[in-house]
Amino acid sequence: MSPLQIKKGSSKHSAYNLRPTFSDEVESHTLAVIVDNEPGVLARVIGLFSGRGYNIDSLTVAEVDHTGHTSRITIVTTGTPQVIEQIKAQLGRIVPVHEVHDLTVEGKAVERELALLKVQGTGDKRVEALRLADIFRANAVDSTLNSFVFEITGTPDKIDAFADLMRPLGLVEIARTGVAALRRGSVNDV
Amino acid sequence: MTRQMTGAKMVVQALKDQGVDVVFGYPGGAVLPIYDEIFQQNDIRHVLVRHEQGAVHAAEGYARSTGKPGVVLVTSGPGATNAVTGLTDALMDSIPIIVLTGQVPTFMIGNDAFQEADTVGITRPCTKHNWLVSDTKNLSEILHQAFHVCTAGRPGPVLVDIPKDVQFASAEYTPPQKAKTSHYQPQVKGDMATIIELVEAMEVAERPIFYTGGGVINSGPAASQLLRELVESSGIPITSTLMGLGAYPANGQHWLGMLGMHGLYEANMAMHGCDLMINIGARFDDRITGRLDAFSPGSKKAHIDIDPSSINKVIKTDIPIIGDIAHVLEDVLNVWKSRGRKVNREAIQKWWAKIEAWRKVDCLAFKQEGKSIKPQYALERLEALTKDHDRYICTEVGQHQMWAAQYLGFNDPNRWMTSGGLGTMGYGFPASIGVQMAHPDALVINVAGEASWLMNMQEMGTAVQYRLPVKQFILNNERLGMVRQWQELLHGERYSSSWSEALPDFVKLAEAFGAKGILCSDPADLDDAIMEMLNYDGPVIFDCLVEKHENCFPMIPSGEPHNKMLLGQNASTKDAIGSKGAVLV
Repeated sequence: MSPLQIKKGSSKHSAYNLRPTFSDEVESHTLAVIVDNEPGVLARVIGLFSGRGYNIDSLTVAEVDHTGHTSRITIVTTGTPQVIEQIKAQLGRIVPVHEVHDLTVEGKAVERELALLKVQGTGDKRVEALRLADIFRANAVDSTLNSFVFEITGTPDKIDAFADLMRPLGLVEIARTGVAALRRGSVNDV
Repeated sequence: MTRQMTGAKMVVQALKDQGVDVVFGYPGGAVLPIYDEIFQQNDIRHVLVRHEQGAVHAAEGYARSTGKPGVVLVTSGPGATNAVTGLTDALMDSIPIIVLTGQVPTFMIGNDAFQEADTVGITRPCTKHNWLVSDTKNLSEILHQAFHVCTAGRPGPVLVDIPKDVQFASAEYTPPQKAKTSHYQPQVKGDMATIIELVEAMEVAERPIFYTGGGVINSGPAASQLLRELVESSGIPITSTLMGLGAYPANGQHWLGMLGMHGLYEANMAMHGCDLMINIGARFDDRITGRLDAFSPGSKKAHIDIDPSSINKVIKTDIPIIGDIAHVLEDVLNVWKSRGRKVNREAIQKWWAKIEAWRKVDCLAFKQEGKSIKPQYALERLEALTKDHDRYICTEVGQHQMWAAQYLGFNDPNRWMTSGGLGTMGYGFPASIGVQMAHPDALVINVAGEASWLMNMQEMGTAVQYRLPVKQFILNNERLGMVRQWQELLHGERYSSSWSEALPDFVKLAEAFGAKGILCSDPADLDDAIMEMLNYDGPVIFDCLVEKHENCFPMIPSGEPHNKMLLGQNASTKDAIGSKGAVLV
């Protein structure tokens, strides 16, 4: 049994996962947190991070089960292995939190983020923006004679790369959703 | 059969169904419907405190001395914000309490109504969980869940915020058996493979030590019994944190005394020199560990705790066991017995010889000489004259608290109520009221400093009103003693704002409240004065004037490890704390 596949309240993984060694290297982890969709639950999660001085690189949340009223919060965080284990154990203590999954250690996961980018320009720059969008499989979802809004989906790295290319071509505004992630393969977490 | 009732009635019904017999509270506009229901019944006693902070500490005292959750009822806005210190205190010390707050009606929330505060927002970080009840039909289930959450797993404070319209409206009452609590079920059984690993380590250890904490007390009387059995049959020495005093008896032969910043020399030296540390329900708090990189450098560390986040939080653990102390200790004992009750007797005997040598240092020695009472002497006499009573001790926070922990002996759990984690001055007096409510015939003493005591002195009214014979034993040095001590050690003896001027005449103060006041300043009168306090049937303020510049020793200076203790009699305090330690508290 994976040490992380433990029901709410037990969170054994905290201790067991750590036993071999502590490292001081900072790692990035993607956590999937299944919570009751009740008022204040997001504040509890965010308050935990700010109150204890943990990082949030990205956070997404939406109700995923409309009958059971559970939401899935996907958090990308960084820290030393000890801090990551603390974060998971602390999340596990929150009463409306059902499960905490560390997608970074539980196996390969698919991570995707959606972004909307507004690019203004005319002439060659406009043509080049459209050509690059095609390479990145970004769609123009809105267009005027001197602007596009591109929609792009991919890993955060891919979106960073696309945004970097668009900047000299007239990128004026960007909106990103943060990462949504699911474990690869047929095993389901929930 | 369905039972329709108003929200206010539901509150009282739910408290009755949960076995609550006393509520500490203070009325106000937003809780009047509940107070009206309390007025119309006789099962639940309401204790009117004089300040909401007092209500929460009283509930903490009640909870600590009984093991049952304490209940608080206060109004919205200032009632709720005044409860915040007590909630934080209970969170830090894992005390099960339930705070019910009134709230402005749901349709006025967010409009800056009179006495409105975002109570669930304010108390989110200082409760284990909290609820804002938006509909009467959810109220009774939430109240039952609140009782479950505050006691299940690692105990802690919970808060239920009840808007006034929810109290007036009617709905069906959900009895406790039908309330959904299934999804919050912390693990209580420890992992068997790891328990065997711990037993194997115990069998070969040459210098083992038990380091126990408040988790043993919270786990219940069975945990203390199992701990005693394990200690007696293995012969392994035991020390405890401030929170865990009484789980193993102070008169037990394997007892080393408290450890930590003001712990005993032998306890700290043994922690530093051990080769197997078995942490049972303690959390490697910074008052215990001192300098982390030099904390017990040569030991293998086992840690039993019900809260997974306690493990590996500050100290790397070699043998982590997550579970309830009583459950885990039962398994440890069973495994250990079935494997033949082995320990390395020969090595442990040598280990004890070493400990006895440390004990000879006699780190608590002091000389009572001259005309003024040494605070240590006052406590030594208090211990001698009260130890055979059915006794509960509360404390405030500061030097007197550490001296009480050092000089008073606790032979049973739930007899010692002190603010450990948060260090809340003003805790002890209201806590003693809560303890006395739970144990009307017992001797309840609050060992206090005059400065701490003044922080919640208004509760004298409560003590007199309810005829609670709480004994307020004030070690009066006219100083904020611990602050003064740190200023001496750390800030060049510049005593900035650390003396108490314009102190009241405590005897007259007691009399003004209708209680008894006793003043004692001469060591020769001390025993008689203490006996007078004990023999008086009613609340007493005992103003014990003590030596003003006494420091609390032994002491691990901040930033230093366990083996660098300052000892009392010949301690040189000059430059005791280095620049690195100076930034610590």
